[in-house]
This record gives sequence, C-alpha cells and structure tokens, in this order.
Amino acid sequence: MSVFIGDWHALLILLIAGVIPNQIWRMLGLMVGGEIDEGSELLVWVRAVATAILAGVIAQILVQPPGALASVPDWLRYGAVAAGFAVFLVTRRSTLAGVVCGELVMLAGKWWIG
Amino acid sequence: MTALRRPSLDVARFRQRYARHDSNIARLPLALPALDSPTWHSSFRAFGWGMRSVGSTILTLVLFATYLGIGALAHDTHFSLGWALASTLFVWAGPAQIILISTLGSGATVIQAAIAVTVSAIRLFPMVVSVMPMMRTPQTKRRELVLVAHLTAVTLWVECFRFLPHVPRDRRIAFIHGLGSGLVSVCLVATTVGYALAANLSPLLGAAILMLTPLAFLFSTARNCREPADFVALALGLGLFPLTSMLNSGVDILVSGVSAGTIAYGVHWWREQQ
Repeated sequence: MSVFIGDWHALLILLIAGVIPNQIWRMLGLMVGGEIDEGSELLVWVRAVATAILAGVIAQILVQPPGALASVPDWLRYGAVAAGFAVFLVTRRSTLAGVVCGELVMLAGKWWIG
Repeated sequence: MTALRRPSLDVARFRQRYARHDSNIARLPLALPALDSPTWHSSFRAFGWGMRSVGSTILTLVLFATYLGIGALAHDTHFSLGWALASTLFVWAGPAQIILISTLGSGATVIQAAIAVTVSAIRLFPMVVSVMPMMRTPQTKRRELVLVAHLTAVTLWVECFRFLPHVPRDRRIAFIHGLGSGLVSVCLVATTVGYALAANLSPLLGAAILMLTPLAFLFSTARNCREPADFVALALGLGLFPLTSMLNSGVDILVSGVSAGTIAYGVHWWREQQ
C-alpha cells in the first residue's frame, strides 16, 4: 500500500500546490454564480472572459510547449493547428476532423524532419 | 423555470440560442429523451443519462488521451500511482495537473508551483459562475451545487452548453453528477494505464498526446461560439497571450484573458445598441 500512496509529504504538496489553488476558484465561483441571473449582462462578460482565458491556456501550451511537445519545432506546431482549423471549418465545425487533421499534420511533419 | 427573474428580451435570445442548438442534436450519437418524457421524473435515471452521455462526445476520447499523458508524466517525475490518481480525482483540471507535475519535476519550490497552478486555475472561476445559473431552480440550495462546482472543468463546461438545453431544469444537477462522475472514472482509468505504459511511450507519441489538449480545447470552444462576441473572445484571447507573455508578469493569462474578454463584451454591447 505504501508503494501505491508514496510518502505523505508528496500528498501534502499535492494539497497545497494542486488541490487548494483549483478549488479556491471553483468555490468562489459557486458563491458568486449562486447570485447571478441567467440572462444578466454580467454573465455575458463573465462568459467572454472565461472563453478568452481558455484561449490563453491554449496559446500557452502552443507558445511555451511542455515536455515532449517542445521537441516539435514552432512552425510545425502552428502549422498543425492552422491545418486542423481549416479542416474544422470545411467540415462545418467537426471537432473530431479538426483534431485528427492537426495530429496527422504534426506527426507527418515530425516524420519528414526525421 | 418561469419563476426565475429574467428580462423578457433575454428570454427571447436564450430561446433562440436553444433553438439553434437543436440543429446539433442530429450529430449526437446519443439522443436524449424529449424534455417532457417521463424518463426525466426520476433523478436516478437522469444521473444514468448523464453517465451514458460520456459515450457521445469526442472530448471523452481526448480526455482519455490527455490523462494517459498525465499518468505517464507522473511516472517519469517519480510520483506514486496513488498520488497521480489523487491529483486526477481532487484537482480535476488537465492543464493544472500538467503544470503542477512539470513545475515540481523541474525542481521548482512548492510555492512557485502553487502560484503557477493558481493562475492557470483562474479560468475555473468564470466557468463555474456561468454554469451555476443553468442548474439553479428557486428551491436549489447552495450545498447541492458543490459537487457540480468541483466537476466543472473545460470539458464539462463545454458540454453543459450542448447538453443542458435538452435536460429539464430540475434534473440538470443529477444529469451533471452522472456526466461528471463518468468522465472522472474514464480519466482515473486513463491515468492508471498511462502510468503503467510510461516506460514504453515514445517521445513522438508523447508529443502527439500533449498536442491533443490545445487542438481539442480550441475546436470544441470554437464549435460552441454563436455570437460574434464569442469569436472575438476566442481569437483575441489566442492573439493577445503571446504579447502579454512578454511582460513575464506571472499572471499573463489573466491579463490577456480579461482584456480580450472585455473587448468581446464591448462588441456584444455595441451590437445590442444598434
């Protein structure tokens, strides 16, 4: 069992640096979200900000890639997203087609570079 | 539903939104029962429908692959399997887990990791805020929504806008509990499989898995865009981040997100005035 859990110190780190930083925002959202009307203008702004922050997280992974993704050159990462987006539009907004195309372009490019 | 205070103009706009949503149902492999179907009388069955909906979204597949990657990343950074599973269950936010494991693995202090994760998690706040009014009835108590708030992450947020118009309001909490626990279960399995496979994962496959997150997040969000303001928020949010990241403020995503979101709201406001 101790192999499965590891040391308790690591779990404490998980609590401080992982669980609390996420749950604090969710619970704050719960407090505020309980008061807002579904059709209110404030909610339109909040939704726009949520979309834009998510877009920022997407951009961060592409611009400052983590782990193994860093081995893929910049132009190939951006090119794969652009190709995926073109297919997404052509297929009248199919998420699956866009994702598959983006992945294939990245894998093909990586194979081509060697 | 009618008991909620809401300006009449917005009711019209929301109905219109929902109506346009209906065209999407043809693309769902799983069609939900009609809103007035007796199936919805039991919240247990609503939970079941939520859980079955896990199978009708491409995002489940993407989540599975993402959590394979997180399991493998945890293994390579010498965290235990129990630790990885606990992070999936209690953090429940893919990008936050990737940031947490990679910053701790690169030798950052706990405080530095906590700051990086806190900033990336800010997006959960507006997401929870915008999901809550879709669930609430005048009788709903706040504690009934705690689990919904915990389950809210990008996937659930995106799927709420797609599924909830087809779920009666008083069964939405049960439905989301089912959908959320189904997704968490899938990801716990994926974390375990990824952890076990880590040693055999080639760098190419690792890169492909990490690439899934931005692609899937981008297209599933773009698919949910209806008004011009939604497109502005997405496009500006993408475009502003590389600029604000030059500030190196530590809260770059927050700066670009709030500015892009506010400009998008301005576009919405301006169109309403016309």
